[in-house]
Amino acid sequence: MVLIISGIGTLIFIYAGGYLQGDPRIGRFYVMILIFMAAMLGVVLADSLLLLFVFWELTSISSFLLIGFNHESEQSRRSAQQALLVTGSGGLALLAGLILLATAGGSWQISVLLHQQTAVTTSPLYLPALILILLGAFTKSAQFPFHFWLPNAMAAPTPVSAYLHSATMVKAGVYLLARLHPVLGGTGEWFYGLVIVGGITAVLGGYLSWWQTDLKRIMAYSTVSALGVLVLLLGIGTKIAVEAAMLFLLVHSLYKGGLFMAAGAIDHETGTRNVRRLAGLARQMPFVFVGITLASLSMAGIPPLLGFIGKELIYEATLEPETAVWQLLLTALALLTNIFLVAASGVIVIKPFLGQPNEDTVQPHHPAGLSLWLGPLLLGLLSLGLGLFSNSTLVAKWLLQPAATAVYGHDLVLKLGLWHGLTPMLLLSGVTIAAGAGVWWLHERWRQGVMAVDAALAPRLGPEALYDRGFDGLLRLADWLTVRVQDGFLRHYLLWIVGTTVVLVGTALLRGKTAVMPSQDLIPGPNEILLTLVILGAAWMVVQADSRLAAVAGLGVIGYSMALIFILYGAPDLAMTQFSVETLTVILFVLVLYKLPTFETKDSTPTRLRNVVVSLLVGAMMTGLVLAANAIPASTHVTDFYSENSYVLAKGHNIVNVILVDFRGLDTMVEITVLSVAAVGVYALIHTRKQQQETAVEERRSES
Amino acid sequence: MTIPTKMLILLPILLSFLAAIINILAWNHRRWQRIVTLVATTLNLLVALRIFMVVYGQGPQAVQASNWPAPFGITIVADLFSAIMVVITALMGLTVAIYALADITPQREALGYHPLYHTLLMGIYGSFLTGDIFNLYVWFEVMLISSFVLIGLGGDRGQLEGSFKYVTINLISSAIFLAAAGLTYGVTGTLNMADLRGALAQVPGGFATTLGMMFLLAFGIKAGLFPLYGWLPAAYHTPPAAISAIFAGMLTKVGVYALIRVFTLLFVQEVAYTHSLILMAAAGLTMVIGVFGAATRSEFRRILSFHIISQIGYMIMGLAIFSPLALAGAIFYIIHHIIVKTNLFLVSGVVNWMQGSYDLKKLGGLYKTNPGLGVLFLIPALSLAGIPPLSGFWAKFVLVRAGLEAGDYAIVAAALFVSVLTLYSMMKIWQFVFWQKAPEGVVERGHGEGENGRFFRLLPIIILATCTIIIGLYAGFFFDVAQQAANQLLDPTQYLNVVLQR
Repeated sequence: MVLIISGIGTLIFIYAGGYLQGDPRIGRFYVMILIFMAAMLGVVLADSLLLLFVFWELTSISSFLLIGFNHESEQSRRSAQQALLVTGSGGLALLAGLILLATAGGSWQISVLLHQQTAVTTSPLYLPALILILLGAFTKSAQFPFHFWLPNAMAAPTPVSAYLHSATMVKAGVYLLARLHPVLGGTGEWFYGLVIVGGITAVLGGYLSWWQTDLKRIMAYSTVSALGVLVLLLGIGTKIAVEAAMLFLLVHSLYKGGLFMAAGAIDHETGTRNVRRLAGLARQMPFVFVGITLASLSMAGIPPLLGFIGKELIYEATLEPETAVWQLLLTALALLTNIFLVAASGVIVIKPFLGQPNEDTVQPHHPAGLSLWLGPLLLGLLSLGLGLFSNSTLVAKWLLQPAATAVYGHDLVLKLGLWHGLTPMLLLSGVTIAAGAGVWWLHERWRQGVMAVDAALAPRLGPEALYDRGFDGLLRLADWLTVRVQDGFLRHYLLWIVGTTVVLVGTALLRGKTAVMPSQDLIPGPNEILLTLVILGAAWMVVQADSRLAAVAGLGVIGYSMALIFILYGAPDLAMTQFSVETLTVILFVLVLYKLPTFETKDSTPTRLRNVVVSLLVGAMMTGLVLAANAIPASTHVTDFYSENSYVLAKGHNIVNVILVDFRGLDTMVEITVLSVAAVGVYALIHTRKQQQETAVEERRSES
Repeated sequence: MTIPTKMLILLPILLSFLAAIINILAWNHRRWQRIVTLVATTLNLLVALRIFMVVYGQGPQAVQASNWPAPFGITIVADLFSAIMVVITALMGLTVAIYALADITPQREALGYHPLYHTLLMGIYGSFLTGDIFNLYVWFEVMLISSFVLIGLGGDRGQLEGSFKYVTINLISSAIFLAAAGLTYGVTGTLNMADLRGALAQVPGGFATTLGMMFLLAFGIKAGLFPLYGWLPAAYHTPPAAISAIFAGMLTKVGVYALIRVFTLLFVQEVAYTHSLILMAAAGLTMVIGVFGAATRSEFRRILSFHIISQIGYMIMGLAIFSPLALAGAIFYIIHHIIVKTNLFLVSGVVNWMQGSYDLKKLGGLYKTNPGLGVLFLIPALSLAGIPPLSGFWAKFVLVRAGLEAGDYAIVAAALFVSVLTLYSMMKIWQFVFWQKAPEGVVERGHGEGENGRFFRLLPIIILATCTIIIGLYAGFFFDVAQQAANQLLDPTQYLNVVLQR
């Protein structure tokens, strides 16, 4: 993987220099690509699950920024967001999965976990961990039903598509599965999960790539298909399957990187990527032609390219399972996928490069520069070279064998070669190529029909449509809820708060079964009964009052009655305070309210009834609280200390005063601060109006 | 210079108090007020760091006001959690003060912005440092009245309307708080929190839990828990950016601090009910409903305001799980959140300054003209969304891990789901403000004011973004501190000993 990332990365760098020539944002582009490259290397080099995840998310973010590189286009922004949300959600599932895995395996180090297979797979956390990790890997590697973000991500500049969205980032999911195969693999859940999803993705991707006309979309869907094949192979998980996966990983990176760069070169030189408007490019762009042909041949699996060997190995893997049903099914899946890929290669090369130009087609403006054709050509030649020398030690022993060993979990010896004799695999290869040619021939003829079917089905059943509708629905629900809860009416907020208070406190009170029977000394005497009646009457007057003044007067009566209660219980200083506060409040209210009109509207009867119920509940709750508190004897150590020491230590006869200015003097000082701030506030409010009037006057003056 | 420890932990309060007084005396001397503000907030940052070092090295510190021994007087006490909060407050105090140099108009300064700013900070410091439940109430009052005036200061109709909702709802909170404090005194005979820990354990019949619910409501309103948060989105988007930034960063977190304090020190009698049920439900609902609001609004600061609510849910989640790891996660989350959230409000202020609006539909094209600002937005925004390796990721990671370890799968699922929508709404801001083409008629402003305006606005943002990155890269150290603070909360022996002088 490191080789792929750095090698293709370098080519992409050179290539991007040509592709974005003259664009002022090229500096930004290089920075982002470099960040991505570092993150991607981090993903594959990290030994800690946590570190791996950190880099994993970084690749998602840099991918977001790169897809949205042409950020003034609505389409780019939408695709960027879609890709980020799909891979980001998967990332979160992955996070939870990795935590569970680390818990089950007892370590965050991958190297340690590799030896914990039994512990992990027998843990009750295994299944949730597996599902969550698969979600992360499948979203990242664009597996069905999350594949739709990848073709949309083609809104990115071509170098990005070539690098992130075919060669490296989308392989991160596959990489993770491969890396964790020794820990998580070998179970039925692993096999079914990967084989089913991978199989569907492979065939679906191949099918979708076959009838596209946009070069980049063809390649995007064939990438989806290739990723599906890789997942499928990892799902099978046998020795040969793992070898096939590792080989195919290399094969695909080589040819797909080349194809994308060639497509970009075509786009750059002719201004279109539509295969129907391209023809006869072989003459104008010879080097690109050679590169893209080699790449396509590799994709189609034609000998002697590396792709052929890859395909042979895949067939060998699918023929391996013990039951005939699975053999048949897997082989059929692989066959179907490969047929589509052959056809797609044909679509890419034959017409655009070899077809006869006519009036509908576009001609290149100028020949492609070195930096644009170097990448595709080199990668194409590499596919050819590695294919010819596949049995050399370099390829088999040094490159692929260690990778396959690491994934398989046990030592293995890898042998590759072009010619194995007359095997079932060779037969299958022949069938593939022949059928692929047939399907290619159908491309033009059936395309209209296929597109019509797709247009009818996709908006209703396609995963992308479901995603869109699901997300829109979620936002609508969110909006509806928010508007209901946060409706802008203060009285509703208060109702929420008071209601919650009654429920929570009331429940706790009832749960606690605190004794709330009034004790003997709580039985009221005639004075208290009289005062209570006065308070009740005044309260009735407040709620019934038609004018604000009457309501304020009622409140005053309540206040004075409470002061009288303080007197009855021997607290004259409290009563004095209450009298003064109450008097002041009433006077202030009267002064302010005098200028206001009488109530214009009253609430409707249901609203008033609701308020009555809420008020009664609050009253009942407070009564219950006080009665319950009263039944609990309090410790008197603090009050004892005050009465013993207020004269001795604090030199004051009045305990309340000593508490206020000495024992708890800090409270008093801070309360004074509160009053001062309030004074500043009043000043500010008055002067705000003055300032505004002055500005208004000045504005009028300057106007006139 | 060595300051006696006892003096040291009083200094944040005293310095703010002093600065407020000087600023009132220097009412018409704008220049002096600005100097005093900067000097006081800078000194406080140094003091706060010193407090942190002392507490980190030597354990909790306490001082008894007027030298009356606890529980008879009022105790000022700093354990590691308090010390962390004081440092963060001081950092925000300084950075926002710098930003305000450019952002607060001379008119607002003439109406008393400077003294109010310091009384606000004084209230916050007091709340973090007091060891007395009634004294906490008093500090809340200082904070409330200062913030109320600051929201309405020099304002238009919208500002006044916001401040009216703000103060009304917060007065309800005060009333509940006062009733709860009174009842607590009624059944225990003490107000000192360390003393209360023992006393509440003696209270029969689950009445302590009932009191706990009252404090939950009082502080829950302050913290912005569902469904008590109505005041927050109504008020935070109205005042100038500097003021809403300090509010967004600090005020709700005082509520969270108080919740964590009382639900670790005082109300731990029925954890299965109070924490695992009530707080857990509150955490889940708060994070989901909050992010729903954020995902659907289209005003820069309203989105951010709803995110505050959503993320309060994460902090309460840590408290609700109630394991050492979870509590450490909550503390880490608070540290991260305050820095990031304040910073985002400051960025929104810069955007407003440049393009004259907070409405996403009327903004655009800033990535093209100001790529640097784009990066400064992305750092806190991605951190908020929990993208590694920024601070928010580690905060989220620890909480998710704690949740999974405790087997609270529902809350973990909620947290991850909310995370997706958070990412979505941050990207929404990014797409509208930075990526999309500037709408017709948007005029880039903000260059005529001279370089000072730009400098004072961008400097704090750069400082805070750097903090976010540092916390992300040295997450190990910060997490270790948070873990120690959490351990002190779960086993308050040291705290009790130092307060009650045993």
